[in-house]
Amino acid sequence: MSSPLTRTSTSSAVSVPEPLLSIRSVEKRFGARSVLRAISLDVAAGEFLTILGESGSGKTTLLRLIAGFEQLGGGEIWMGGERLDVLPPYAREVNTVFQSYAMFPHLSVFENVAYGLRAKRANRNEIPARVKQALAMVKMDEFAEAAPSRLSGGQQQRVALARALVNRPRVLLLDEPLSALDANLRRQMQTELKSLQREVGITFLFVTHDQEEAMALSDRIALLRGGLLEQVASPREIYARPATAYVAQFIGQTNLLSAEVRDGFAHAGAIVWRTSAPSGKTMVALRPECIRLLDSVDSCAAESSPDDVPTAHFRGRIRSQTFGGAMDLVEIDCGASQLLRARIPNPGPLAGEREFAFCADDATPVRNTLQD
Amino acid sequence: MYSRAYKAAVAIPPLAWVITFLLIPYAALFCYSFWSVSPSQTIVHTWSLANYLRLVENPMYSTVLLRSLLIAASVMICALLIGYPLAYYLSFHATKRKDLLYQLVIIPLWASYLVRGYAWKTILGTDGVLNGLLRFLHLTNHPLQFLLYSPFAVVLTLTHIYTPFAFLPIYASLEHVPRNLIEASHDLGAGPWATFRRVILPLSIPGVLAGATFAFVLTFGDFLAPLLVGGNSGIMIANIVASDFGAAFQWPLGAAISLCMLLLVVGTLFATESLERRLKPS
Repeated sequence: MSSPLTRTSTSSAVSVPEPLLSIRSVEKRFGARSVLRAISLDVAAGEFLTILGESGSGKTTLLRLIAGFEQLGGGEIWMGGERLDVLPPYAREVNTVFQSYAMFPHLSVFENVAYGLRAKRANRNEIPARVKQALAMVKMDEFAEAAPSRLSGGQQQRVALARALVNRPRVLLLDEPLSALDANLRRQMQTELKSLQREVGITFLFVTHDQEEAMALSDRIALLRGGLLEQVASPREIYARPATAYVAQFIGQTNLLSAEVRDGFAHAGAIVWRTSAPSGKTMVALRPECIRLLDSVDSCAAESSPDDVPTAHFRGRIRSQTFGGAMDLVEIDCGASQLLRARIPNPGPLAGEREFAFCADDATPVRNTLQD
Repeated sequence: MYSRAYKAAVAIPPLAWVITFLLIPYAALFCYSFWSVSPSQTIVHTWSLANYLRLVENPMYSTVLLRSLLIAASVMICALLIGYPLAYYLSFHATKRKDLLYQLVIIPLWASYLVRGYAWKTILGTDGVLNGLLRFLHLTNHPLQFLLYSPFAVVLTLTHIYTPFAFLPIYASLEHVPRNLIEASHDLGAGPWATFRRVILPLSIPGVLAGATFAFVLTFGDFLAPLLVGGNSGIMIANIVASDFGAAFQWPLGAAISLCMLLLVVGTLFATESLERRLKPS
């Protein structure tokens, strides 16, 4: 008999022996408003880390602190064993891809890309080759002599990327670089960005408010909310094991249940399942796709021994059903004003009262951070 | 769409203004420049190039013209040397005092030209404020004579008067430099000086050219400052025009000089415009 405890949760952060970038207890306030509070985050070399958050969460401020455009209110930033936050922006081995591209309008595409090399007095003879190589990398080599104003947004984005990467920064900072592009171009650029990052092996610190983008691109996601880090984990883990109710809601769709744990069982209304969580009130996140529709045979088996199988069963009335291609979105009324959303694969038309089940392990206890 | 009548009604007032107060006077000036004055002090309406020949032959005119150009160039350079750093400081570094400082630069424009001219006369004169101060500090024994009634005094006064005109367009162009370009420059490893030289200065060139043109053209046509503080050695070409049209009653000669000045100014404007086009990003 398998115990529900055997499926232990994997440790969240990939352990980093010597992080490339280390953000330690960073604080920032603008006037009376606290923008970042006690942010600590380690970034490994070669990692694609996304700082995800709504607007106003402080994600861009964090990036600007690393680039050096803002002064720290407290804490330290280290890179490769050296203090980074004491250096002026032009002495830091990081480069930024700006949301608005920030192309120099008086310089050609070639000169825009060469700017950093000239500023750092790179070998004159090497500059043309390096610029051409960087432009080829983003497929913009034929536009070298064009003025930036003649380029489309997507093209300017590529040049901005080449302009930053040509300097071979240790960390590349990307501030919502794709948010100005239309949906198609955006998806295409996401793919290119990811393969580019693998190709050059440079650490990417990517800021976005788009959770799908974050999931598609990142090795790890740092979810920022109101100046606090809610969770730092891989996309899979942050999706399957959200640490807080906010994370569960922000990443994908979820059901949040108020449950009470007594003697190893969680009670949420009429729904009961076995849990290893400590006794007391808790909040539980349950993904809609974890809820299964039971046919009558399953239903009988479930009723026989609900205590031994780590599966929760419940009955509910079908309240609505929305066709969604492979999966239908079904709203289930479980009574006591408890409404669950489930994604059911090809169920056909549903009506009346039905029996449902979910694996007890999929009900993730989360810290309720929604009220603060 | 607007009707033809409406378009005509809108176009007529400015057109009438330009014809009445610009084209007709210039046409008159053009005609006068080929006429002459009889010994009995009447205008003789016969056409000749005599006035223009006189300008070429008499070295006095070319001397004064050259001096006017030199004074205009000096004032332009001084106004840029003062106006640019001032505009730069105001645009990039004056945070809280920005509005106040801006007003302080503008306020002198509200004071009458004559007041400012006379002020310099009082400061630079033999018994003036500056000489008094120098003697009080025992830096000199006798008053310095070159301060007033010299080209130096003219350049000083006109620099004071026209620096705001150079400052304003420079300030406007600096305000339009996108701040994220400066961040991008720093981000790419360029320090403050390199950023100024390679981003801020090139993007503020249109303002510099506009300011330089203002200072140069306004100074070139000025005749009050030389009258007040210039003395004999500070006479400028516009003073000659003023006297030709006044006491000397030499309207045809004055008209010829005016047209030459007009050509020089229009030439300057064309030159700066083509320079701006060349420097502007495509």
